[in-house]
Amino acid sequence: MKFEERYLNLFVLVGLLLLPIWAQAMDEPFTITLATRAVILALAAVGLNLALGIGGMVSFGHAVFFGIGGYAMGILAYHAQTYTTLSLGLFETGGTNSMPVIWLVAMLLSGAVAFVIGLLSLRTSGVYFIMITLAFGQMFYYFAISWAQYGGEDGLSIYVRNGFPGLNTLVPIEFFGICFVLLCVTLVLFARLQSSPFGLALNAARQSKSRVAAVGLNPTRVKLLAFVLSGAVTGLAGALFADLNRFVSPTMFSWQLSGELIVLIIIGGVGRLMGPVIGACVFVALEHFLGEITDFWHVSLGIILLCIVLFGRGGLIGLITGKEGAHV
Amino acid sequence: MYRPILATHGLTKSFGALNATRDVSIDLNSKEIHAIIGPNGAGKSTLIKQICGEMQPDSGRVTLDGQDVSKLSTFARARAGLGRTFQVSDLCREDTVVENVVLGSLGAEGAVWRFWKSALKTRDLCERAERALERVGLIEERYTRCANLSHGQRRQLEVAVALTLSPRAFIMDEPMAGLGVEGSKQMTSFLDGLRKEAPILLVEHDMDAVFALADRISVMVYGKVIATGTPNEIRNRKEVREAYLGDAV
Repeated sequence: MKFEERYLNLFVLVGLLLLPIWAQAMDEPFTITLATRAVILALAAVGLNLALGIGGMVSFGHAVFFGIGGYAMGILAYHAQTYTTLSLGLFETGGTNSMPVIWLVAMLLSGAVAFVIGLLSLRTSGVYFIMITLAFGQMFYYFAISWAQYGGEDGLSIYVRNGFPGLNTLVPIEFFGICFVLLCVTLVLFARLQSSPFGLALNAARQSKSRVAAVGLNPTRVKLLAFVLSGAVTGLAGALFADLNRFVSPTMFSWQLSGELIVLIIIGGVGRLMGPVIGACVFVALEHFLGEITDFWHVSLGIILLCIVLFGRGGLIGLITGKEGAHV
Repeated sequence: MYRPILATHGLTKSFGALNATRDVSIDLNSKEIHAIIGPNGAGKSTLIKQICGEMQPDSGRVTLDGQDVSKLSTFARARAGLGRTFQVSDLCREDTVVENVVLGSLGAEGAVWRFWKSALKTRDLCERAERALERVGLIEERYTRCANLSHGQRRQLEVAVALTLSPRAFIMDEPMAGLGVEGSKQMTSFLDGLRKEAPILLVEHDMDAVFALADRISVMVYGKVIATGTPNEIRNRKEVREAYLGDAV
C-alpha cells in the first residue's frame, strides 16, 4: 500500500506529539526527554536539509553551527549564573537566561559564521566542498577544546535551564512543547521556501549552475543565502540541545555530529520536508533501544543506512510513498 | 550611426600552442540570423563560450548594444540580454517542464528573492512561462518531468527557456543537433519567425537548415573566420568549398 507523502508527514508529526503526552500520563519523564532529543536533532537536520537536500551542498561541517548555538547558550547562561560580565570590546553584558534572547544570538552568530564559511567554501564543489566544510568544523572543534575560559575539553555546565516567559522550562513536557513548536514553525517555513521562487532557483542551482546563470541569476549567491539560513536553523537547534542537556562541550562541534546530521537526512529522505524528522526519530529510537541491548548498536544503524542507500534512494519516505526523491 | 546588436572585436584565445580562436570579429544585426559554420574543432564552441562569458578571451572584446560586456560574468551577460541555448541540453532534469521555464521567468523578472508564495502559483511568472511553452509547442507536456522528455522535446524546452528571457540576441549552439529530419524542419520554421523578435547567432552543422535560414554565414577554420557573406556568396567561394563544404552543397 502506498501512502500519500503528506499523510505520512502528518502521521509522524502527530505521533511525535502524542508520544510525550502519553509518557506524561504514564509518568515516564525519560521518554519525554528522548522525544525532545529527537525533535532537536530533527530541527538541526532540517537546517542542513535546506543546504544539502535542496541546494546540493554536502556540508560536512554543520556541527559548527550546532556548536555555535550551544556555546552561545552556554556562554550567555554561564555569565548570568555566575553574575560575571561578558565584555565584547565595545559593550558589556551580564549574560542572560532568557531563551528567546539566546535563540536570537545563536541564530545571528551561526548565520554570520555560515556566511563566511559559505563565501569561502562555495568557490569549490563536490568533494572539495565536503573537505573544506570539514576543515572548518575541525577548526572550531579544536578551538573549543582549548578555550579554557569556558571549560575547554570539559565543557560548561549550566545548572538551571534557561527560562521562557510564561512557562516552566524545567518541566520536561513544557520544554518539549517549546522545541516541538519551533520545529513545526521551521517546517512550515521550509515548505514555503521550497516552493517559492527562491526555492525553485536553489533547486535548479543544485542540478545545474550553468542553467541558472544562463537565465541571468547568480547561482552562488542563491546557494550562499541558503547556506546562511541553513546554518542559522542548525544554530537554533544547538542552543536548544545545550538547554536540554544543560551542558555544552566541544563534542557539539565534532565531525561525528556533522556526519550524524547527514545520516539523519539520508535515512529519512534527502530534500524531503519530513526526511530529517523521520531520520531523527529512527536514529534516537535505535540509539536508545538497541543501545540498551548492545554497545554495537551503530552496526545496525550502518546496515539500515546501507540498505537505504542501495535500495531506496528516496530514504524511508521514498520507500513508503513509492516516489523517487531528489538525488544529491 | 548604424550599430550591430552584438559584436565581437578581435577575440583571441589559445590553449598552449593551439589557437582556438584567432582575431575573430563578427557581428549580429537586428532581425538577422548569422550562422557560423566550420568543421569540428574550428573554434565555434570556444567562440560561443567567450561571447557568453564562460571563458575569458586572451584579448578582444564583446559588445552588446554597443556596451562592452567583456568583463561581465555569465549571469550578468544573460541579464544584459544574451539568450543562450546549449549544445548539450542543460536543463533541470528532475524538475517538470513548467518548472524549467518558470526558472527563466524568475531570471527575466529578477524575482528570485521571494520566499513565501509558491512560484508555480505566481501568476506573472507562470503566464510568461506558459506563453513560451505554447510557442514551442510543449504546453501539453508542462507537467512532465524533464528527464522523461524525448531528445527533441528537450531541444524545444531549451529554446522555450531562452524565450522567457525576451533577450536582445539569441545565441544558439546547434539547436538542431539530433532532431531528425522532421524535427529539424519544425525548428527551422520556428527560428525563421523568431529572428523578427531578436537576431540569432546560430552555430549549426545541419547545412540544409543553415542555408535555408541564414542571412549571413561566417565560415571558421582553425580558429579563424575565413569568409563571411550571404549564403549564395559562401556557396560559391572556392576556399570555403575546399576547407569545409566539399561536395555537400
